[in-house]
Amino acid sequence: MALVLNEEQTMLRDAAKDFLNARAPLSHLRQLRDDDVAEGFSTELWAEMVEMGWAAIIIPEAHGGLEYGYTGLGLVLEETGRTLTPSPLLSTALLGTSALILSGNEDICAQWLPQIAAGEKLLAIAFEESAHHRPATVNCRAEPEDNGYVLNGSKFAVMDGHVADAFIVSARTRSGENLSEGVSLFLVANDTPGLRIETSELLDNHRNCVIHLEGVSVDRSRLIGPLHGGFPILQKALDRGRIGMAAEMLGIAQETFERTMQYLKERKQFGVPIGVFQALQHRAASLFGEIELCKSVVLKALQAIDEDSDEVPILASLAKAKCGQTASLATAEGIQMHGGIGMTDEFDIGFFMKRWRTLNQQLGDHRYHLDRFATLKGY
Amino acid sequence: MIDFFVQNNTGPYGLSGALLMSEELITFRAEVRDWLVENCPEEMRSPLRSEKDACWGGRNFTFQSEAQRLWLERMGEKGWTAPAWPKEYGGGGLNRQQVKILKQEMTRINARGALYSFGISMLGPALLKYGNEEQKQKFLPSIVRGEIRWCQGYSEPNAGSDLANLQAPAVDMGDRYILNGSKIWTSYGDFGDWMFCLVRTDPEATKHQGISFMLFDMQTPGITVKPILLISGRSPFCEVFFEDVKIPKDQQVGELNKGWSIAKYLLTHEREMISWTGLSQSGTKSVGETAMETIGGSDGVLDDAFLRTDIAKFEADEMAFALTIERARDEVKAGVSLGAVSSWFKYFGTELNKQRYNLLMDIGGSDALAWTGEASNDGKLARDWLRTKGNSIEGGTSEIQLNIVAKHILGLPG
Repeated sequence: MALVLNEEQTMLRDAAKDFLNARAPLSHLRQLRDDDVAEGFSTELWAEMVEMGWAAIIIPEAHGGLEYGYTGLGLVLEETGRTLTPSPLLSTALLGTSALILSGNEDICAQWLPQIAAGEKLLAIAFEESAHHRPATVNCRAEPEDNGYVLNGSKFAVMDGHVADAFIVSARTRSGENLSEGVSLFLVANDTPGLRIETSELLDNHRNCVIHLEGVSVDRSRLIGPLHGGFPILQKALDRGRIGMAAEMLGIAQETFERTMQYLKERKQFGVPIGVFQALQHRAASLFGEIELCKSVVLKALQAIDEDSDEVPILASLAKAKCGQTASLATAEGIQMHGGIGMTDEFDIGFFMKRWRTLNQQLGDHRYHLDRFATLKGY
Repeated sequence: MIDFFVQNNTGPYGLSGALLMSEELITFRAEVRDWLVENCPEEMRSPLRSEKDACWGGRNFTFQSEAQRLWLERMGEKGWTAPAWPKEYGGGGLNRQQVKILKQEMTRINARGALYSFGISMLGPALLKYGNEEQKQKFLPSIVRGEIRWCQGYSEPNAGSDLANLQAPAVDMGDRYILNGSKIWTSYGDFGDWMFCLVRTDPEATKHQGISFMLFDMQTPGITVKPILLISGRSPFCEVFFEDVKIPKDQQVGELNKGWSIAKYLLTHEREMISWTGLSQSGTKSVGETAMETIGGSDGVLDDAFLRTDIAKFEADEMAFALTIERARDEVKAGVSLGAVSSWFKYFGTELNKQRYNLLMDIGGSDALAWTGEASNDGKLARDWLRTKGNSIEGGTSEIQLNIVAKHILGLPG
């Protein structure tokens, strides 16, 4: 597949850009924060996004979706990175939906996907058990009982857990030599007895939760994917999430960079625009290049998902590492080159850094993914 | 200045990319495959072991073997040494997809390039764009057949990064020009049969305005060539001195005093070519593989954690860079190119190549320090490593490339 967008994808991206600029520019996030909106996002705006079809982009037509593919969803996420528009796109439309589709559980898909496409349900994926990304470390136990399983354990850093109608939970059903063996995935409704949710507000005004499962009974029908064989599905869903987050970080990097370039042309010191200074020019030029690299990597990774390529894992790690580092540089240079005003809350540039930080540290930071990249490369 | 031997890539054609195969292309591939099997001598089906193995052609070239001579002759006759050039000038007349197929089929049987040539990579494209019909007829076919080896005359002692400051005067004497002055960093100037050269034809005009592009035989009286010994112990570059060198008027290319446009065009080509050094060479081991074989690992993880991190950073950039070249090519095809990015490719590709060789030296440990002897192939790695230091200088320094990006892509003032 050529590394360019097709007409349909270009239209989808342009529509997303127009919609977000009109309905949810950065001031929207600021307003949500200042008004202390409990969800951290606007449910009205989410309804409009659903209306645009964004909750249904990767859902198969058979389940009421658009089947536009991951490249399409990635383009929308890239645009939300430019406007920093909070929504359940990552948690539900990408991660949760991917996990359900990948599980191959037709009954669950038939029941849930149409409702997700229609914006009636939200999902969250619950797999972390510490502050660091270790998806194969699963101590949460699922033990068989009469009609299903009983779950005990705690899950950390559950993205959008505070609004999720159901959680996709990884739990150990068998202990194995290899950490990733003996893990199963369950769909647990948010009102199941024994489930306790603690919500925290993050630096970027998004919400993470810790969920505690204390004797939570789930029906056998809520086991998604093979018994003891849930980890490969989880890992595949996470790779899709990582690529989506990389796309959002690419949007952050581009937007921060463009705003900073504008500032270099406008801001005058010593009687000249500060952009004439070579010390800034060379850093700007090298950042430009890093962003170009990220564009190629993200597009390739998104296309790889759509082609179900074997290269998805390595491209996911490459994309997450590369975009994480580049957005880090872009936001840091953004603040530095804006000088004092960049440090103020009143000015927008700091919002990009906060969002980058959250995205970088979820689903594995740049070091985690460089390490995984090296392992996948065989050294 | 340019030196092919640090990384002898076949260029971005080697990159993957799905091609829709028409019937015609399938037939073409079959024909190419058959022809190559029949015509590529067995000895030419292995990678170059050293720069001595490369065929540069030219009047005084001593072929290493009959196979090398035959391979050049056959490829030259087909026009496949310059596959994309028009047939009327001796080229192969192939379209982009056919060129790609040819490269793929050559790679399939490990065929060496039949000819390494600045005539093909640099002068040819400029002549095709700026030369008159007579000049194209006169010069292009002998380039394709490898009969004339070209060298370039750009830089001067006081015109390096500030290339447009070049001064070598070519004075109009009615029926000819008389050239004086000197050139420096001329790649393989000691082997060149002819030179394509930037000269000053109007000393009164502003510096970009009075430059012209001329071609002349290196055997013309008044030319002296002196090789420059580099830190690698090799001499890929020369100084060239001119003393009242007579240049016939029909050997001036394009408009008089407008040679800077040709220079810029050529520099863009040169930058793209140098930026290929950033790609890993097809058929060679990756840096990570080399490290595992040399240093060893436990459970598939390299036994040197810090080195492993550095290699991973490098290989991530290397892969991202290859994808970016692929994307740039696809964008050109789709007509949505950003343009003017060759400077950034040159910058990043050469910086990557320097990193690659730094890592290879680190991986080699004390073995990498050898300077002479059979085992080290006369210190090839150490010499190549030292040579890469010039990558970010030749063809415009990294700093100059960043200036160009800042001004022409980002639109920063100054």
